[in-house]
Amino acid sequence: MLDTIIYILNIAVPLGFIIPFALFAVYFERKVSAFMQDRLGPNRTGPRGYFQTIADIIKLLQKEDIMASAVDKVLFNIAPVLVFAGSYAAFAAIPFTSAYIGSSIDLGLLYIVAVSSFVVAAILMAGWASNNKYTLLGAMRAAAQMISYEIPTVIVIISIIIIAGTMNLSTLSEYQTSSFYNWLIFGGPDMGWKKFAIIPFAWIGFLVMYISTLAEVNRTPFDIPEADSELVSGYSTEYSGIKFAMFFLAEYANMFAVSVVVVSIFLGGYQSPFGYLGNTLGISWFVPVEQFFWFAAKGIFFVFVQMWLRWTLPRLRVDQLMTMCWKYLIPISLVNLLIIALIMVL
Amino acid sequence: MKEYLSNIYLALYTIAVGMKITFRHLFIPAVTILYPEEKVVLPERVRNRLYVNMDDCIGCDQCSRACPASCITIETVKGLPTEDLGKTSQAKKKALWVTRFDIDFAKCCYCQLCVYPCPTECIKMTDVYEFSDIRRSNLIYNFSTLTADEAAVKKANYAKFEAEKAAAKAAPPKTEN
Amino acid sequence: MKTERMTLNVGPQHPSTHGVLRLEIEIEGEVVHKVTPHIGYLHRCFEKHCEAMTYPQIIPYIDRLDYLAAMNNEFGYVVAVEKLMGIKVPERVEYIRVIMAELNRIASHLVAVGTYGLDIGAFTPFLFCFRDREKILSLFELTCGGRMLYNYMWIGGLSHDLHPDFLRLTKEFIEYLRPNLLEVNNLLSYNKIFTDRTANVGILSAEKAINFGITGPCLRGSGVKWDLRRDDPYSIYDRFDFDIPVGKGTYGTVGDCWDRYYVRVLEMEQSLRILEQAIAQIPEGDVQSAIPKKIKPPEGEIYSRVENPKGELGYYIISKGGLQPYRLKVRPPSFVNMSVMDEISRGHLIADIIAILGSIDIVLGEIDR
Repeated sequence: MLDTIIYILNIAVPLGFIIPFALFAVYFERKVSAFMQDRLGPNRTGPRGYFQTIADIIKLLQKEDIMASAVDKVLFNIAPVLVFAGSYAAFAAIPFTSAYIGSSIDLGLLYIVAVSSFVVAAILMAGWASNNKYTLLGAMRAAAQMISYEIPTVIVIISIIIIAGTMNLSTLSEYQTSSFYNWLIFGGPDMGWKKFAIIPFAWIGFLVMYISTLAEVNRTPFDIPEADSELVSGYSTEYSGIKFAMFFLAEYANMFAVSVVVVSIFLGGYQSPFGYLGNTLGISWFVPVEQFFWFAAKGIFFVFVQMWLRWTLPRLRVDQLMTMCWKYLIPISLVNLLIIALIMVL
Repeated sequence: MKEYLSNIYLALYTIAVGMKITFRHLFIPAVTILYPEEKVVLPERVRNRLYVNMDDCIGCDQCSRACPASCITIETVKGLPTEDLGKTSQAKKKALWVTRFDIDFAKCCYCQLCVYPCPTECIKMTDVYEFSDIRRSNLIYNFSTLTADEAAVKKANYAKFEAEKAAAKAAPPKTEN
Repeated sequence: MKTERMTLNVGPQHPSTHGVLRLEIEIEGEVVHKVTPHIGYLHRCFEKHCEAMTYPQIIPYIDRLDYLAAMNNEFGYVVAVEKLMGIKVPERVEYIRVIMAELNRIASHLVAVGTYGLDIGAFTPFLFCFRDREKILSLFELTCGGRMLYNYMWIGGLSHDLHPDFLRLTKEFIEYLRPNLLEVNNLLSYNKIFTDRTANVGILSAEKAINFGITGPCLRGSGVKWDLRRDDPYSIYDRFDFDIPVGKGTYGTVGDCWDRYYVRVLEMEQSLRILEQAIAQIPEGDVQSAIPKKIKPPEGEIYSRVENPKGELGYYIISKGGLQPYRLKVRPPSFVNMSVMDEISRGHLIADIIAILGSIDIVLGEIDR
């Protein structure tokens, strides 16, 4: 009995984090985009527009759920749920603080990559079930894009495993303790010449991984599946009401998941860059709280960079996207892997 | 190989330049204003809803003829020589009762062509732009100061006067001889 | 391998077709084989309607042809009727007309550049361009009361003289716009993703362009140095010193989308030069002295053309001596420019169709009249 309660709590905690985060992220994106474009963004619903997302969600919830008569009903209904489930399941292996991780499995990174593939299948389902030429095109492009960009991600993950020796994200975060120069992007905590030799290649790996995870979550410049100016709304054109809200929330949850994975691998996860206030003050129970704060701050910073890129760059064409993945990112990450392996072996 | 590396370099460089520009704009204050609490001050020559000062209108029909959208409808009745119709602000005597002066603002294209031909400068463009309505028929503005009954009375009077004049014309030639 | 050809409909309600335009494209996978534009959704019977209105009454309707560059439309019409009637306008009127036309050229190109960025996927330059356009529109509002549709240039003169603050504000605007053009260049024009999307796409060779009758930035983007302000000068354009930018194929071949787009950015800079010279040389005078009491052109016909921001705008007027024209025909640049759409989009992908359409820069008000 107690076990079931603990399991349910384990499931509910990340959900309790993601949903407020998604509400915050939508508002944050609108404000960031507005300030970058010299305008104000939402500022009427609530003080400074804080309740805008809640108003949006209420509007979406009370909309009529329109389903065209020729859609494939089963697939049409399952697709949004599966998209959200795919992005939510990745949170099981991510360490929020040292005291809480959903499930500390030794195959953490592999599990995350595998579970993100649910999203590909779900998007294909959504595009096919809508029985619409435009959505089909959008879904096919999305599938091609997401499958291709998983490869550089996995190659960079392999190079990290070579350095750190573990796929478990919480061990990986513990590995990069005590100070920011122990973070993997600065070479990891192994003292000696190897640490400094790895640094440039760790940076390259970080960049490659950030770009490929950007493509995984379909953000500009890789947002072909949702290209508004060509195919109206891509695979989610036929959806309305709460199903559309699920696609919407799933996108922001996914954004946070991938940025947090990058942070956990390269930037120390929940570790603070310099000591802990709780340790210096003697209250050791405060340390996990502080770690959570650092975790969220780093995650939100990278989400901000994702938004910054969205509002600066135009969109890549489908074949240029594929060229970039297969001709640029994959060779670079393979060469990176070889060099890191060479350094670690010597 | 050289092109490959230069592609990578160019991509990173131009993206960094673009990102710097948008980052700078994060701190530039917004250029928008909060309507309806703050409103833009409109210049004096602005062209919005028309206004007709009926005291000055002499019913010459010039504005209606100048309008390219045919949105002004004017009907006049000639005044009797015994009646006093008043004077315009330039102290000219008026000769016509303007029984109907309708402007349909749904048709008006706000081009200002009606303002120039008016000899007494009684039709003018104001700066009122917030006059939207739910019904299209509410956008037909009636500027005439005579009610329908009064207009009917004036018409009847003039018709009677014309009839008397025609009768008087028919009768006197007999008495002249 | 046997593949199937699919017919896809882009528009008429579509975020990217610059108005109500329907493009029927035949695709095989992602490659386009044929593009058929269907127009007529914005037809308002303009030319027939003109036969029932007097010459001054037509001017508000002329505004509504290419509604983004209304001053240039009026310029063309007014020059045509004045040539027919033999009216010579005062010097001040000529200078003011050139100033207004060049300001409107900048405004129209700002819309073209901004919406082109939006089509390619960059959201921010659109807002920056429209913020700059607001300043131009408030200059126009100061002078004649209208922001987009003016009824300002009358046959034989203008409707209002310049506002006393106008020249000072225009000078401030010129200083304001120069750094902003550099910013748009850095943000959009030289961006690697943008150049990859637009270079080598929709290549229009100079010979093909001349054969199809293309004019304006589309022709200049293909390398042909033809500008009506230089080669067939009307009004006082022969007094100003300005360059004609042509496409040079910097990022791809000559005549691709990037060249056509960049010619527009460079033209904005040249318009600023013309503005500076015009403001420096403007004389005093009465703007309404040459307006005739009754506009009644003698019998005859005339074809007169001006350089619209989109190309060569021509007016063919037949007058039978009455108050209304017997026939008024407009030669819209966008209509002719769009005829080349099918030719240059063969073999490209769907995303390129949007890029090509944006680079030709059409306005449906002009095409459908």
